Amino acid sequence: MQTENVLEMQGICKSFPGVRALHNVSFTLRKGEVHGLMGENGAGKSTLIKVMTGVYEKDAGHMMVEGKPIHFRSPEEAQDFGVGTVYQEITLCPNLTVAENMFIGRGRYAFVNWKRMKEKTTQLLGSFGIPARPTQQLSSCSLAVQQMIAIARAMDMDCKILILDEPTSSLDEDEVRKLFSLMRELKSRGVGIVFVTHFLDQVYEISDRITVLRNGELIGEYDASSLSQFELVSKMMGKALEDVSQMKRREPSARDGGEPVLEATGLSSAAGVRPFDFTIRKGEINGFTGLLGSGRSESVRAIFAADKVTGGEIKMNGKKVKISEPIHAMKLGIGYLPEDRKGDGIIADLSVRDNIVLALQVLKGFFKPLSRKQAEAFAEEYIEYLKIKAPSTSTPITSLSGGNQQKVILARWLLTHLQYLILDEPTRGIDVGTKVEIQRLVLKFAEDGVSVTFISSEIEEMLRTCSRLIVMKDRAIVGELTGENLTETDIMHVIAG
Amino acid sequence: MESTNTIKRRERVSDSNLLFAIAAVIFVLMYGFGILSFPRDFLQSQTFFDLFNLNAPLIIVTLGLSIVMVGGGIDISVGQVTALVTMCCAVFLQSRSGSVGGAMLLALGIGIAFGLLQGLLIAYLKIQPFIITLAGMFLASGLLTIIHKDPINVTMPSFVRLMDFQIVIPSLGTLNRLGRFIPLEIKPGTVVVLVLVVVLVILMNWSRFGRNLYAVGGNNQSALMLGINVQRTKFYSYVLSGLLSGIAGFVFIMTTGAGNVGNAYGFEIKAIAGSIIGGTMLIGGVGNLIGSPFGALTLLTINELIRADGVNSDFQAIASGMLLCVFIVLQNAVLRLRGTSSFKLALPGWLVPARRDR
Amino acid sequence: MARMKSYGSQLFLPLSVLAILILVNLIKGSSYFSISIINGALYGNIPNILFGASELVILAIGMTLVTSSAGSQDLSVGVAATITSAVFVWVLLSAGKITWITILAAFLASCVVGILIGTFNGALVAALNVQPIVATLIVYTAGRSIAFLIDGKLSPILANNLTYEIGSEIPGVPIQTPIILTAVFVVLFAVLLRTTNLKLYSQSVGINQRAARLNGINPVRIKFLAFMIMGVCTAVAGFIAVTKAGRHDSVNLLKDIEMDAILAVAIGGSSLYGGKFSITGSIIGAYTIEVLNRTLLRLDVDPDAIKAFKAVFIIILMVIASPAVRELAGNGTKWVRDRLGGAVQIPTAIGEDAAVDPKSDISAKKEV
Repeated sequence: MQTENVLEMQGICKSFPGVRALHNVSFTLRKGEVHGLMGENGAGKSTLIKVMTGVYEKDAGHMMVEGKPIHFRSPEEAQDFGVGTVYQEITLCPNLTVAENMFIGRGRYAFVNWKRMKEKTTQLLGSFGIPARPTQQLSSCSLAVQQMIAIARAMDMDCKILILDEPTSSLDEDEVRKLFSLMRELKSRGVGIVFVTHFLDQVYEISDRITVLRNGELIGEYDASSLSQFELVSKMMGKALEDVSQMKRREPSARDGGEPVLEATGLSSAAGVRPFDFTIRKGEINGFTGLLGSGRSESVRAIFAADKVTGGEIKMNGKKVKISEPIHAMKLGIGYLPEDRKGDGIIADLSVRDNIVLALQVLKGFFKPLSRKQAEAFAEEYIEYLKIKAPSTSTPITSLSGGNQQKVILARWLLTHLQYLILDEPTRGIDVGTKVEIQRLVLKFAEDGVSVTFISSEIEEMLRTCSRLIVMKDRAIVGELTGENLTETDIMHVIAG
Repeated sequence: MESTNTIKRRERVSDSNLLFAIAAVIFVLMYGFGILSFPRDFLQSQTFFDLFNLNAPLIIVTLGLSIVMVGGGIDISVGQVTALVTMCCAVFLQSRSGSVGGAMLLALGIGIAFGLLQGLLIAYLKIQPFIITLAGMFLASGLLTIIHKDPINVTMPSFVRLMDFQIVIPSLGTLNRLGRFIPLEIKPGTVVVLVLVVVLVILMNWSRFGRNLYAVGGNNQSALMLGINVQRTKFYSYVLSGLLSGIAGFVFIMTTGAGNVGNAYGFEIKAIAGSIIGGTMLIGGVGNLIGSPFGALTLLTINELIRADGVNSDFQAIASGMLLCVFIVLQNAVLRLRGTSSFKLALPGWLVPARRDR
Repeated sequence: MARMKSYGSQLFLPLSVLAILILVNLIKGSSYFSISIINGALYGNIPNILFGASELVILAIGMTLVTSSAGSQDLSVGVAATITSAVFVWVLLSAGKITWITILAAFLASCVVGILIGTFNGALVAALNVQPIVATLIVYTAGRSIAFLIDGKLSPILANNLTYEIGSEIPGVPIQTPIILTAVFVVLFAVLLRTTNLKLYSQSVGINQRAARLNGINPVRIKFLAFMIMGVCTAVAGFIAVTKAGRHDSVNLLKDIEMDAILAVAIGGSSLYGGKFSITGSIIGAYTIEVLNRTLLRLDVDPDAIKAFKAVFIIILMVIASPAVRELAGNGTKWVRDRLGGAVQIPTAIGEDAAVDPKSDISAKKEV
């Protein structure tokens, strides 16, 4: 009898220098099912997927496809065997055309038939409703379109296994619906689909079974119908769930009506936010919220001059100031923890110590380097204060986990004694324990008189920490909520207009 | 989302073709300028074809280097490998067992051997291409002097016949100073160049290897994830470049008829300059192979212009430098205006996880 | 502790290569280290090596800095040094009288020219974002001809005592002057690194330009600075080279030294893709190249064929240092450890691996 399982993985282990990404993980995928792979960021989902597709070689364990033991050494082999993948980061070639991105690396042809490729691409783009032309260079497409192209590419492959790692992260609702109907169609044809997402509703809408990973270990495999959302969340988070529910919502304090620290009027930037006004008071925590592409990050980046500022005025403590480069903002006591930790935050190969003292060092100036001893002392102080898990101050920051890297960047700004701290998604991609710690820290900063702007994609977090929420839509501010009105439904109402 | 619905016309031209167009236009302008200023020299079709006749080896080497550069690598061994091939061929042809066919095979063999070695080390052992091909350059130039130090003139009859062979096209001739009609002469090297351009352009634009190489040069990591064998693709590109250096070496000796330590000196730099002018970018993934001969020819034409002007030959190098400067700035300005300036960052923006907002 | 370790492993390769070369020399003749004093000056292999490598050391230092911040190399160093030394000779000869003061003035003039060349390269790289190899190709192509024009199409000769003293030795001082000048330069550079944040800034810019900017560093300015310092390095190197040679030959002066300088950086363990660097490594790398050249000569290798042997040496070195071979070696030691595991307990073996290995992993990532 033929086995029902199209993919079986057993006892998979994978480590990177300093990090144990997967430990003894098993995973099975049946024919014609959608299997949700769940876990917090850093739980090992993406690593497991990259082992499935041959990007990483496993350290230990067995893998069987359709009952036959198999060992993929490269994505090429996996793809040839019938594994189609959409990776979390968009992995297409920006210098090639849309059509080429659809078909490159597929099949064993010797020469390209451009005409046929173009026709087939036109057809595919049409059936997926993607607004792009086959001959267009990919770099001129928006991120969402690129993601749709990657999905169309994977779905068009005649595959046995389809892996979708966070395919919906930059899609809107219609596109997600379209994606789901296509997934159902493939499912009925017997394709096994691995689906990774952090949107719980989406998992339940489409998945048959759910596998949960935590901290690189297998927590369990469940039928979607028999696992409640609450159970799923607690399995993903472990015991830290109690921690979260224990945290109380911040009480409005007298400080919220204090002196304005920073006032911006008519601020706009090259990243495309419409001119907006913004005020933050001493010791206040406020936040920007809104849907995909609403311009939250762009707004705070404009305040810090992370993108080129194209207009507007900023007053700091009542005095007019000019912020056209990040260094100007830093000198005024503003700190910015960027959303893209890898690209904008950490200096990868440098040590934890260098990463911690960087901003302070820059503020002191080019000709006043900290002595090795001072730097060491600062680094050690903050490693202890923020409970950063690092073997030593000289460890390269890349060998720390995401959450600890984030804390290093936080330490970097705390060290500069600031008045105003901007935190853009400080809790993304880190474990729940650290999330809670960071939220507590934010509250503590405010107690100490630092003003904080906090952005998070988890509205829960924002409601807990912020006393005022600025709602954005289409790159403009559409509303502001405080006190009683600070609820999820109210936010939805404002966004819906 | 808004931006996707309006695809602007200009976005439909790829960077490669845009840069190629610039190179071609400038070459035509420059040649036009030559015709206007020195009609006696530049109006003669022989002058145009002599650019090919005399510089075929450089153009071939430029093609090879462009291929490697499209894949995001660099090969600075090309010049010395070419020189080594000329010397080996000369020694072989002058020896008792020498034959033209054997010399051809020898040329190809040496070229491929260097390509294989360098490709292996760069693609599979992941060593920095600059250092490996630098070593390749040292190796070739060292071997060259070990094999023979003094210039050798090839006197083997069958080879001399091949050397003197030229295709005569009577309909395209020119009048010389005495008013006598001299038919156009095309050397075999020119034919080799033209054939190679056609073959390689087809290879780069229509073959799987060619397109994979563009993908690899554009984004290594993505190419891997898309199921391309990145290592093998890179490896082939170096082998191809080595092979072309071998061919260039044979064409070189077919043009000059002598093995000399100073042969093909400085070709690597001229070839890099030619590739850049021709619109191939060192960061990889961008470049149209038809541009490469244009790039080399543009460099040669400016030298030709200076020679025709009778100015000190030192200004040739200075003018080449200035030309290169103009091109680099121009290409940069054009790409920046297109808003793809991220292409030139050491770490392109799209290498890091995409910025998302929700 | 870990710092020492990663630092040590970075310098391990060039040092062990140097050791092997010296060993080869000792086998060839045990008098390798002997130093004799002739006319009050030191003679012997070691002074010769230090003397011969002086320009290379200085250029390798500049190259390390440019490589770190700009993530690629400066091809124009040798040519730029030819131009600066041409300016030096020109100013000196047109001053008429050659005194310490005119020499100093001429040297300063050559420094200014060096900085100007650096500014030109820096402008293309930093402001226009052109790849350094491409940008410096311009000066490389045109430079020697420019130097030739400055020379007035001759090879001007410096025939006087003062420049001779700078180029070889001052009577009464046992150590040759170029060695002293190099030492002074290295010390000054060390002071520069000590008293400024140059290292932190250029490493940050080289590793992550965007993040560096968001932390208040101006990447454009740092790259500019690197190229200007490179300009000073070329002026000093040109100065030493021309006083050594006693005449300015714009065609052959410091020919192909840019390749050796890049090689020195690579042997010294700094990535040619930028980021973290080790000046000490580059200096050792430069001396290693010099020792290698001299060893090959000592082994009666034909001077013209040296390049071929050098090539083989570079290839072997790079293969040993390559990420793939390192990984293999790592697996090998692990295998041995596993076998010995029962008998010999090596505590925290895996942990140590993790602390040392990230570098190879990072370089692998960059290549992929």
